[in-house]
Amino acid sequence: MTDVTTAPIPKKDQGNLFQKLELDMRLLGMIGALFILCIGFNTFTDGRFLTPRNIFNLTIQTVSVAIMACGMVFVIVNRHIDLSVGALLATTSAVMAMMQTQILPHTFGLGLGHPMIWILAVISGLLVGTLIGAFQGWLVGYQAIPAFIVTLGGFLVWRNVAWYLTDGQTIGPLDPTFLIFGGTNGTLGTTWSWIIAIVASIAAIWAMWNGRRAKVAHNFPVKPMWAELTLYGIIAASIFGFIAVLNAYLIPERRLERMFEARGEVMPEGLTVGYGLPISVLILILVAVALSVIAKRTRFGRYIFATGGNPDAAELSGINTRRLTVKIFALMGFLCALSAVVASARLSNHSNDIGTLDELRVIAAAVIGGTALAGGFGTIYGAIIGALIMQSLQSGMAMVGVDAPFQNIVVGIVLVLAVWIDIIYRKRVGAK
Amino acid sequence: MTDQTTAPLVEMNNISISFGGIKAVDDVSVDLRPGEVVGLLGHNGAGKSTLIKVLSGAYAKDAGEIFINGQKVEINSPRDARANNIETIYQTLALADNLDAASNLFLGRELMTPFGLVDDAAMEAECRKIMGKLNPNFQKFNEPVSALSGGQRQSVAIARAVYFNARILIMDEPTAALGPHETQMVADLIHQLKAQGIGIFLIDHDVHSVMELCDRASVMKNGQLVGTVNIADVTDDDLLSMIILGKNPMEKEDA
Repeated sequence: MTDVTTAPIPKKDQGNLFQKLELDMRLLGMIGALFILCIGFNTFTDGRFLTPRNIFNLTIQTVSVAIMACGMVFVIVNRHIDLSVGALLATTSAVMAMMQTQILPHTFGLGLGHPMIWILAVISGLLVGTLIGAFQGWLVGYQAIPAFIVTLGGFLVWRNVAWYLTDGQTIGPLDPTFLIFGGTNGTLGTTWSWIIAIVASIAAIWAMWNGRRAKVAHNFPVKPMWAELTLYGIIAASIFGFIAVLNAYLIPERRLERMFEARGEVMPEGLTVGYGLPISVLILILVAVALSVIAKRTRFGRYIFATGGNPDAAELSGINTRRLTVKIFALMGFLCALSAVVASARLSNHSNDIGTLDELRVIAAAVIGGTALAGGFGTIYGAIIGALIMQSLQSGMAMVGVDAPFQNIVVGIVLVLAVWIDIIYRKRVGAK
Repeated sequence: MTDQTTAPLVEMNNISISFGGIKAVDDVSVDLRPGEVVGLLGHNGAGKSTLIKVLSGAYAKDAGEIFINGQKVEINSPRDARANNIETIYQTLALADNLDAASNLFLGRELMTPFGLVDDAAMEAECRKIMGKLNPNFQKFNEPVSALSGGQRQSVAIARAVYFNARILIMDEPTAALGPHETQMVADLIHQLKAQGIGIFLIDHDVHSVMELCDRASVMKNGQLVGTVNIADVTDDDLLSMIILGKNPMEKEDA
């Protein structure tokens, strides 16, 4: 250990267990915080918090905010902010609701329940969201209006465009196929959920193994094999554990009976069926994986981080930072529309107040997840855990019976506390 | 000495650029030959950095022409400059502090895998190679450059300029933040690059290092060119009086 080597690549054999596993300490911290939170609520609710049913509900309630929080990471890393996401969600939700209840069935004469309706409605919503996002990005990037102002304006504009489009009315019921994106009405069932678990585990391990192989090929230091395998084990166990919980939440007997009746069949005696993985959660997972790959392994992502770290350096390196801004906000708009699909399908209608205060939840989730408002730092998984922490706090306090004003007071305090702890942590490890 | 008969590598003719009515660079012409080091001298605000940023693509000139190897070129962005094999080491180093050395080295020119993803392992390997030549003590490949010392950061910035086979190198006060040992390292590097036929514009405040490193020096004052002199023909004091008084000693002797 005292050997001061001048070889180009020193061996990595120092450090404690966590360092050998090369786990992100901040990730561990966040997961730890979430764990303590869950166990705490579980104690206070006499074990009602950590039931499959509640965990299932918690995940589907988190999806909408978590999808937007993923995009918000890019926006904030790039030193911008988007205050309009909740309003944008409302506008895109209004557009999709009108498309599927009025424009497509009546104006275009497809008739209610036509199989093409949901897909056309979703596409139009995603298109509108992306275009609005790109427009806001153009104002920020090319016209140099601060993102805070552009999206504060957007917050007022799009919230009320949604109101104007729908006359403030609740629009529903939405297309039956569309509702599968809401959560409870669209789950994969136990068999497919297990298959997803297997595929996801293999994909995750394969990706990590490939990363290790690339390092070995260049003679870079890698963690010891036992650490590598332990990590694979932890990841696979987490995936299977999560799916097992979702599969353990059984569809209520009455509901199951009705599902059989709707198909004109009789439910076999004593049958139990688990929900499994909700499609909305699958969408969130796909978004998270896609955005993580973009962040780490594409030029687009590299430039977002470089620009956030030093905008001048990025520009002097030939990066078109203006176009980059447009792309980031367009992506944010796309994700708002995707969230709108999940949120309105979950409620099975479009209501005028959909997405209200979501901008604050989304920003809070990203920030609790370790995204630095000064730019340059942030992770997708952090934002998702941030969203989970927020949602757990909210529904946990509701279950315990904390008064509504105190719920928001606690959430506010936790937000500030989380950032404070993060600042202290960064100082300790000497990172900026 | 430099071969004066070869065609100039760079000619910047009658360059002007102004910001809000103030002429930062006023009708300045400078040139650079292969294997030559030309010093750019002047007070703060004399316009030398601005002039050089026109060549590196950071600023768009208002008037004037740029020739590379006798060919007229338009440089409107850093990308254009890089396409003409012009590399710049900025005074601020222009590093993204949150990224590691390899990411900074290849910023804007990432190595890609066949699947269109950035190839971090290959970039780190290349980064290790060039750093092994430039700064063998450098080890912090997996840390953000904010964790590096001033000299280490400087060597990342230099590696970036050298790695991509620059023919024309712009160094804006490369030794301003360095200790004596590292300053000597930069000086050695300049000699080495010069020997490879690379032309270097060196912006520096220190007259002595210009006397030591440069073949010629162009002095600027208030956005205008005072004059360009062969270092062999002048003394420290001549250069200083050019910088301070804005007088060209050659003109005085001619008169």
